[in-house]
Amino acid sequence: MTTRTIKDKTAIVGIAVSEFSRDSARTEYSLAAQVVKAAVDDAGLHLDDIDGLVKDISDGIDPMYLQKAVGIDNIQYASDSHWGTSAILTGVTAVAAGICNNVVYYRSANGASGQRAGNDFRAAKEMWDESLDLLRYDFYSPFGLLTPQGLAAMVTRRYLHQYGIDADELAWIPIVASEYAARNPRAVFYDQPLTFDEFLESPPIVDPLRDVDCAPDVDGALALVITSAERAPDLRHRPAIVMAAAQGTSTEGELLSNFNRADIAGLPEMRQMGDELFRVAGVRREDVNAAQLDDRFASYVAMQLEELGFCDRGAGAAFCANGDRIRLHGDLPVNTGGGFLGEGFLYGANVIEAVRQVWGTSSAQVDDADLVLVASGAGGPADGLLLRR
Amino acid sequence: MLDEYRTKSYRHHLRPAVDANLIKDETAIVGIGQTEFSRNAQRDELDLACEAIKNAVADAGLTMADIDGLETLTLDRVSMPTLVGSLGIPNLRFTSEVSFGGGGSCATVMHAAAAVATGVANYVVCYRSLNEASGHRYGRGDGYAEYMTQAPTLHYGYYFPYGFLTPLAWASMYARRWMHEYDIKPEDTGWYSVVLREYAQRNPNAIFYGRPMTYQDYLDSPMIVEPLRLLDCCVDTDGAVALVVTSADRAKDARQPPAYIMAAAQSAPIETEIQTSYNRPIISGLVETWYVGQELYRISGLGPQDIDVAELYDPFSFGGIIQLEELGFCKRGEGVAFCEGGDRIRVDGELPLNTAGGLLSEAYIHGFNLITEAVRQLRGTATSQVADAETALVTAGPGLPTSGLILRK
Amino acid sequence: MTLEYVPGIPVLRPYVDPDNAPFWQAVDRHKFVLQRCADCAIFFQPPRPMCPNCRSMDALEWVPSSGHGKVYSYVTFTSDRMAYPAMKIPYSVVLVELEEGVRLTANIVDVEPEDVYIGMPVEVTFNNPTDDLTLYQFKSRAS
Repeated sequence: MTTRTIKDKTAIVGIAVSEFSRDSARTEYSLAAQVVKAAVDDAGLHLDDIDGLVKDISDGIDPMYLQKAVGIDNIQYASDSHWGTSAILTGVTAVAAGICNNVVYYRSANGASGQRAGNDFRAAKEMWDESLDLLRYDFYSPFGLLTPQGLAAMVTRRYLHQYGIDADELAWIPIVASEYAARNPRAVFYDQPLTFDEFLESPPIVDPLRDVDCAPDVDGALALVITSAERAPDLRHRPAIVMAAAQGTSTEGELLSNFNRADIAGLPEMRQMGDELFRVAGVRREDVNAAQLDDRFASYVAMQLEELGFCDRGAGAAFCANGDRIRLHGDLPVNTGGGFLGEGFLYGANVIEAVRQVWGTSSAQVDDADLVLVASGAGGPADGLLLRR
Repeated sequence: MLDEYRTKSYRHHLRPAVDANLIKDETAIVGIGQTEFSRNAQRDELDLACEAIKNAVADAGLTMADIDGLETLTLDRVSMPTLVGSLGIPNLRFTSEVSFGGGGSCATVMHAAAAVATGVANYVVCYRSLNEASGHRYGRGDGYAEYMTQAPTLHYGYYFPYGFLTPLAWASMYARRWMHEYDIKPEDTGWYSVVLREYAQRNPNAIFYGRPMTYQDYLDSPMIVEPLRLLDCCVDTDGAVALVVTSADRAKDARQPPAYIMAAAQSAPIETEIQTSYNRPIISGLVETWYVGQELYRISGLGPQDIDVAELYDPFSFGGIIQLEELGFCKRGEGVAFCEGGDRIRVDGELPLNTAGGLLSEAYIHGFNLITEAVRQLRGTATSQVADAETALVTAGPGLPTSGLILRK
Repeated sequence: MTLEYVPGIPVLRPYVDPDNAPFWQAVDRHKFVLQRCADCAIFFQPPRPMCPNCRSMDALEWVPSSGHGKVYSYVTFTSDRMAYPAMKIPYSVVLVELEEGVRLTANIVDVEPEDVYIGMPVEVTFNNPTDDLTLYQFKSRAS
């Protein structure tokens, strides 16, 4: 009987990112075609070698459309996953199970400009709004609690209260992100690091979250190529071996609005995911050299550090105090490319930065980045990776 | 493009080696469950999904705490987090969805099997729940407005302004061309529908149980979109179906005889659209079905002659007929003749087909009811039981990116 | 007249985005263009941002088309069950293979549904279901 595991069976071997901007002036289709081709080129593969495409459910560019543009002859594995970068896990299972040779994960979203695929059909959107999940928002939207920022702010307020944390103690998260971003030519939102005074001057978006605590929406696209660990060394880059990949979903889950749990000041899906990730990989938290966390909301970084086991519950803010532990030479460099806060919010950008760390090509390169963790989907179904050299 | 299809030379050398395939014979379906099939369920899709899943989990001899994976199709009105909360699944480690509507049914099992085969999940539930009759109707144009927000439907802008906006209409365009190329008349294609309706008379769960059909009834049924008539088409249904996938070694402890997965495949060849792949060199055949069949035979080592029962996805009868050809059960252009008189596709024939009534006469739950019927055949519990059924081939929606399975006892 | 609309029911509009805008803008001006890769000399429908053959994004261009072709397949709506309510039944939708090799669907404006046949020569024409909507259509062509 074979040992059933995905551990070390696959690797990420090519990456590509488009420019991130507030208005790409292009269609998501065009951006997707560009990055998929570029990622495959980056891997040293050919588009004819690709037989699997995975993406997020919300991503508007369907594999069939992408295939028509980039010339993939036959897609023999295609799946859609919820949230974050959880599609990567499915791609990993496909390669590890021997049903697919080379899978491309891609994401393309004009999240800032709003030039979305199919944007014109407002009537259709209204129909879609009938879906059973959104019925729940009847409890929130009449009261003006309309946006992801609002929902995250509700959780953050409770978190601060529950653990006796002052809101300004979380300032180090966006500050350190900005420092990394200032070094990263791709991170368009900071040329200079944010100072503490500038943090204090940043207006509240939904109190207690400030403008700088919330990652900006962007237009952009990215792609990466997953293949078997056996094939990977023959290709262009050193492989970023997927030591482990995991998803976590809990009961009483919603998408950001998990208000009916006994304890709302945490991210239980992250804990579940993190526990599974480390179980599969068989490594310790201390072994992790850098972490690319989901900083769509700065406060969620503190919670992720707790749920992923890098510190105790409620100690996430203290972990980040003064920024030293999460800076480049600290215990656990976090979001070394500037995170979503610095680059813009596009799930997958965190995975791309993790790959760069493993390859040694990051704009803020950690010495001996042998093991890098990625986490996505904070506030909802979570997913993550442990990549290693 | 598509030279392989034209020359019937499948890309064997490009595929992963068969001995690297961890799904083959190492995974199995151990539980099946469903709700009643009706035209007006009076319940929402979440409710239906919960019932079907509970039934499947019980059939597998498991509890909800054992379930750690979920798979379904996209465009589902059941939200995954809500379903997890409703069922009380405490630790879900793997979830994913397959797009392409009914083309994804077998793919959900394939993806679940890959997760199980690699230790990512122990027991994965695959389900489908829809109120297509009473509620949200995919089969009618109003339902399709929803599709328009999504990129796979960018092309619908070329069809909708011309009043060309339902799966039946899109399928009719293929059917017309097929009939032209193979010199088939609309009145010749009825045996498929007639035999499937016979099977439904022995299946109390079938929508058309108690409503037999003669060939004359078929001919008398009105044209809906020429050349397809009413009795060429499946009927919208409300209901839900679920099944449980696990590893072969866990399957040994299952309550019911497992249906082992010998092979699973997906295919979306280039220039595919959802039911409107009109820019392919050939539209009189089902290219993706051919590819799926080739991959299934490659992995399993079987050929069409080794299949004891077939459950083919047939929202429209001509689609089922062409699949017989693409899967090698008969030669190209001979599908109608294969069904002539009905004997070859009846329960004691050469290829028993859609033995619970198929999508035409049992129910249209996006093909999931075909998978469960295949499982019943292998368990020996089908309403029209094929003697000594050891292998079953199941397909998903034709005319769109599709998938398939070969299951065995 | 073989193509008539029911007053008061909106005709569904084409989806226009930056990738296919040149096509629909041309239709507004009663011109008919198709997308082509200049390097590969292959035409595409639907339009796309990259040529799947050479993978160039820059070589794609829009060129005028005669709009000549032949009916490759067709369907006829005789029942209101699947017809779009804005169109009077019976009406046909034709799938036309243009001389350039791509296929497009539309209605046919001057041939009764029962007279349409596979192989019938047609050419592009235009109509205005409403004042603010121009569509390409097909009409019969003397071969």
